[in-house]
Amino acid sequence: MNNLDLTIILCISVLAAFLLAQRRAKLWHTSSTTNIHSLPSYYGYLTAIWTLMPALTIFIIWSIFELNAISGIIVSKIQELQILDKESLELTLNKIYNIANSDFYNLNDSSSINNQAANLFIEYKNNSLILKCISVISIAILSFLVVYFFITPNTKARNKVEKLITYLLLSCALIAILTTIGIIVSVLFESLEFFSQISIFEFLFSTNWSPQIAIREGQTGNSGAFGAVPLFWGTVFISFIAMLVAAPLGLISAIYLAKYATPKFRSIAKPLLEILAGIPTVVYGFFAALTIGPAIRDFCVFLKELGISLDIEIIANITISTESALAVGLVMGTMIVPFILSISDDVISTVPNSIVDGSIAMGATKSETVWRVIIPAALPGIVGGFLLAISRAIGETMIVLMAAGVAANLTANPLDTVTTITTQIVVLLTGDQEFDNVKTLAAFALGLSLFVTTLIINVIALYIVRKYREQYE
Amino acid sequence: MKDIKQNLTQELDQTSGNPLLEENIKISCRKVNVYYHKNVQSIFNVSFDIAKNQIMAMIGPSGCGKSTLLRCFNRMNDMIEECVVDGDIKLDGENIHSKNIDPVILRASVGMVFQKPNPFPKSIYDNVAYGPKLHGLVRNSSELDDIVEESLTKAGLWKETKDCLSKAGTSLSGGQQQRLCIARTIAIKPEVILMDEPTSALDPIATATIEELMYELKSSYTIAVVTHSMQQAARISDRTAYFHLGRLVEVNDTNTVFTNPVHELTENYITGRFG
Repeated sequence: MNNLDLTIILCISVLAAFLLAQRRAKLWHTSSTTNIHSLPSYYGYLTAIWTLMPALTIFIIWSIFELNAISGIIVSKIQELQILDKESLELTLNKIYNIANSDFYNLNDSSSINNQAANLFIEYKNNSLILKCISVISIAILSFLVVYFFITPNTKARNKVEKLITYLLLSCALIAILTTIGIIVSVLFESLEFFSQISIFEFLFSTNWSPQIAIREGQTGNSGAFGAVPLFWGTVFISFIAMLVAAPLGLISAIYLAKYATPKFRSIAKPLLEILAGIPTVVYGFFAALTIGPAIRDFCVFLKELGISLDIEIIANITISTESALAVGLVMGTMIVPFILSISDDVISTVPNSIVDGSIAMGATKSETVWRVIIPAALPGIVGGFLLAISRAIGETMIVLMAAGVAANLTANPLDTVTTITTQIVVLLTGDQEFDNVKTLAAFALGLSLFVTTLIINVIALYIVRKYREQYE
Repeated sequence: MKDIKQNLTQELDQTSGNPLLEENIKISCRKVNVYYHKNVQSIFNVSFDIAKNQIMAMIGPSGCGKSTLLRCFNRMNDMIEECVVDGDIKLDGENIHSKNIDPVILRASVGMVFQKPNPFPKSIYDNVAYGPKLHGLVRNSSELDDIVEESLTKAGLWKETKDCLSKAGTSLSGGQQQRLCIARTIAIKPEVILMDEPTSALDPIATATIEELMYELKSSYTIAVVTHSMQQAARISDRTAYFHLGRLVEVNDTNTVFTNPVHELTENYITGRFG
């Protein structure tokens, strides 16, 4: 008997509980001397839920604490383990689990302590499993009996099931909320740890970013500099270029699709544009790195030669590099076009037709109506859509990582390489390093600043969009 | 229902009453048919005239095509893709479907007020200034100010709004909004104003104000009004047209239609037996 068997048995008993209770309720119903409160199946559901819940709770709690409890017993039984310090104890215990779960070790050879412990472990685990099965099944039966005898024809089964379902839905929502809170708290605490070592003012206002620090003692060189301004700037700069591409393209195609295109064209074009949104960002990334980047470089080479031959200093001195903010911005812009398009399309379609008719009836042409009435009316919603798109661009990692490089330059030249917050987080967290040094913690501080920024932008954007919706509903 | 339809086709080859005029014609329809989706016909062979500086009321039960016909006069039906208008509609003797008529220009001289007040989400001033700016009717801002004041005065809204012209047009009450829409329409100095149930969304007091307004506007404009209220038609109009299932049943002086209808269907409708 193992956990799977136990689960199956539990399912079967719940089904049986359901059928029994439903059958009894049907009998009540047909005996017709009593009026039952709810449909028979509700008595079934109620009994089934109450049979399942206590048993399931025990099952889950037992499974969670099983391993810890067994380890505790093993440590108390074997004295050699008690003298170990916390970290090596953990390592040894892990080793023991591996031995116990593996087929390769010869468990009969009880010379080593680990093998002894592993044997113990297996023994206790089997005992625990048997105990678990017995207790879970007996609790299921017990709770079924209790519920079965407490339910009468007058029980408001329908209302009670309704209430239980509400709790079920609530608990699902709670899990999502708690996860979010957990993530925020963990990022927050690691960031606080970081700020206890590096001052928050240095992080927010210093312009020098070079997170390489000495990993080993006595290693020469870097003590690390954590001024995040170049990263903030790089993020803003790339998002700005991306919006320069995406905002006009997205908005204008939305206007065309919403107000000019024939239904047939629209039905073909819209799914095609939405495919853009489905392309993984890593594909955009190598499109940027392998196609757009080199194209821009070639263009720069051409410009430079032109500048030299015409003796124009500014053009002759331009940077030539495959990795550039411009390449990333262009590709990222393409990526968020469908995003802006679908929000703008949505917002433009919400402008009531009566207003459009009013404008047409005043003798306005279609484009006059679009620019003078529809766009002003839809502007708040469109701005909200832009803000959502910006927060999307700020959070984008892959394209930048592949095509913009990792050099933290503070530059306004779109042909230079820049780097962004997200890229630096990836760089900081990949490779071999201890988890609690400043370099790693810096990633959490960056993550926190990114999180706060996008949160603020999203809140503002959603507020604007919602306010706009209210205007016409 | 089918029987009524068949009877109609037999009986209504000719519209009863007095559909055609000899002089003073502003709009004339001859054998107008309107189709939706190619085979669904909603207007059948309608011919009648609307006289200059008069109010023509168009009445009839819901779905009888009176709004559709009204929207033919300023070619708003062009906006609906599957809608086909067939027959002659003439404004001042010129066919509005002829090639040298631009529907945009036509709509500037045939204004329209809708059932639901639909001010633009702009200020009161900008709502009225929209048309004149669009058509280049003004050379400077003081001329524009004059047009706005004049139109709002004509629409009877100047007193209420002269101190808050920058307030949003949508913030006004329903009746005020409808008067704003009328002001907006007369700001471009049209010759004809089409009104599609202009008071059906308003309370009786606002309705009375609009009706008085229509009566005053009659001297300078030709008005065609679709209405569900027979009292309204009787109160304000000079001539009345009764439509039934897409056919024009009877046209005559309002007095005659209401006191001495020729056709049985008209009589049933105005005496409230159906519709």
